[in-house]
Amino acid sequence: MTKNILYRGAEAEIHLATYMGRTVVQKQRVVKRYRIKELDSWLIASRTKEEAKLMTEARSYGVSVPIIYDVDLAGGIITMEYVAGQRIKDILNTMEHQTRKEICRNIGRNIARLHNHDIIHGDITTSNMILLQDRIYFIDFGLGCKNSELEAKGVDLHVLMEAFESTHSKYSSCFQDVFSGYSERYDGDASLVKLKIEDIVRRGRYR
Amino acid sequence: MICLGIEGTAHSIGVGVVKDVKGKCKVLSNLIKTYKPEKGGIHPREAANHHGLHIAALIRDSVQQAAVNISAVDLVSFSQGPGLGPCLRTVATAARALSLSLEKPLIGVNHCVAHLEIGRGTIHECTDPVLLYVSGANTQVIAFAEGKYRVFGETLDVGIGNCLDKFGRTLGLEFPCGPRIEQLSERGTLYLPLPYSIKGMDIAFSGLLTSAEEYVRKGHPVEDVCYSLQETSFAMLTEVTERAMAHTEKQEVLLGGGVASNQRLRIMVETMATARGASFFVPRKELCVDNGAMIAWLGLVMYASGVRMSLDESVINQRFRTDMVEVTWRD
Repeated sequence: MTKNILYRGAEAEIHLATYMGRTVVQKQRVVKRYRIKELDSWLIASRTKEEAKLMTEARSYGVSVPIIYDVDLAGGIITMEYVAGQRIKDILNTMEHQTRKEICRNIGRNIARLHNHDIIHGDITTSNMILLQDRIYFIDFGLGCKNSELEAKGVDLHVLMEAFESTHSKYSSCFQDVFSGYSERYDGDASLVKLKIEDIVRRGRYR
Repeated sequence: MICLGIEGTAHSIGVGVVKDVKGKCKVLSNLIKTYKPEKGGIHPREAANHHGLHIAALIRDSVQQAAVNISAVDLVSFSQGPGLGPCLRTVATAARALSLSLEKPLIGVNHCVAHLEIGRGTIHECTDPVLLYVSGANTQVIAFAEGKYRVFGETLDVGIGNCLDKFGRTLGLEFPCGPRIEQLSERGTLYLPLPYSIKGMDIAFSGLLTSAEEYVRKGHPVEDVCYSLQETSFAMLTEVTERAMAHTEKQEVLLGGGVASNQRLRIMVETMATARGASFFVPRKELCVDNGAMIAWLGLVMYASGVRMSLDESVINQRFRTDMVEVTWRD
């Protein structure tokens, strides 16, 4: 198996590798020396396991995620399909207005599909979405969990709202577009989720 | 240019005098007095009374220690927010009075941004850091992006210092409890699992605090609980800081705020930075805690970039968010 590093994130390295004759991506969680071993091993194993579970489940509900080929819990490695697209973070600021609007709605619809089945992504930012042709792939479920509470869904969307504010601040309508897509597909009462998000914003310091 | 800055957002009143030396900050004096409640947390009115009592002497002593004539002060700055209303008002009133009597311009500054700018101002190699700002009330990961200092991650409930204080009070420790918890944790040996709560780049401490208190109630050694509390909460802080660094693609990390004095936190953040090939910076202790010099320095930097403030605009803002500041002094 050959390896070359594609991206070095905060908690994992993304390698391009070959696995049974195909080009794959390997996400390897790296040991963090700043935290004690007990905590580190537990975080790496539990996040790897949870991530693989959530990805498989998300896929079954029609959300595009890379196909998983192999999971190594002790090593903290998930071997998955290589999605050769572009990160939304890198292209959102430069795309044409109408395209951006449609992409944002599409993001919202996909988040609703996750939330309809109580899948909380945990780190919905534009860095964690890849556009390939007309499909938006969701990656990095490493902070995800299953949770049916309104609070969890609200916090999940709030993370994205903050990402838009910090990284795509010139396009203030992005989150509204995401939410309108979300409202289309969300099975529950989307207005309650909206109220919850407003509640979370107010709860923040100095709001 | 010489600026006198007055800090008073919470428990500390500080007066500092700084001078601009080729774009870097020279601290001429930096005096601080801290209000200590007899029991419980900070009582805003008592803290404000404490500040009112000490402010005049602090201004006099600070100018004297700086070895400048009061007429040499070119600018008066003060902490406009965020913070406790009564404390902010006391300090703003003093700053306005000083500005009027000296006939020198007045400028109000954001306390959180001051914590970042003092790092950039006093540490030579520190130019574009991600700041992990950890104090009693505030826990934020701040970095410069798209023309402003933006908060990439922050606590969703209490600040880390506040979390340590609340826990410390259940042990009967004296305020501030952080230093004592740090000592106790050094004798801890057994790691007790605690909730590890990270949401994107945000964190929450309340669940962890409740569990830690529960361990104490069940009779686990206090040293082990302190050790576990520090290891878990600091790992969370370090992790969100690293996430912000990866997200913003920045190569420097700066620590600030009172909790930055904690040696274990310093080691953890430094270890993280080294592993990423990034630089780690922490200002001198008296510039990490709430202090007047950082307020003076930010006032000076803002004034030099053309910011002016009328008396009407000097009204305090208890909810003055980091990202409300127009950063006119950086590209």
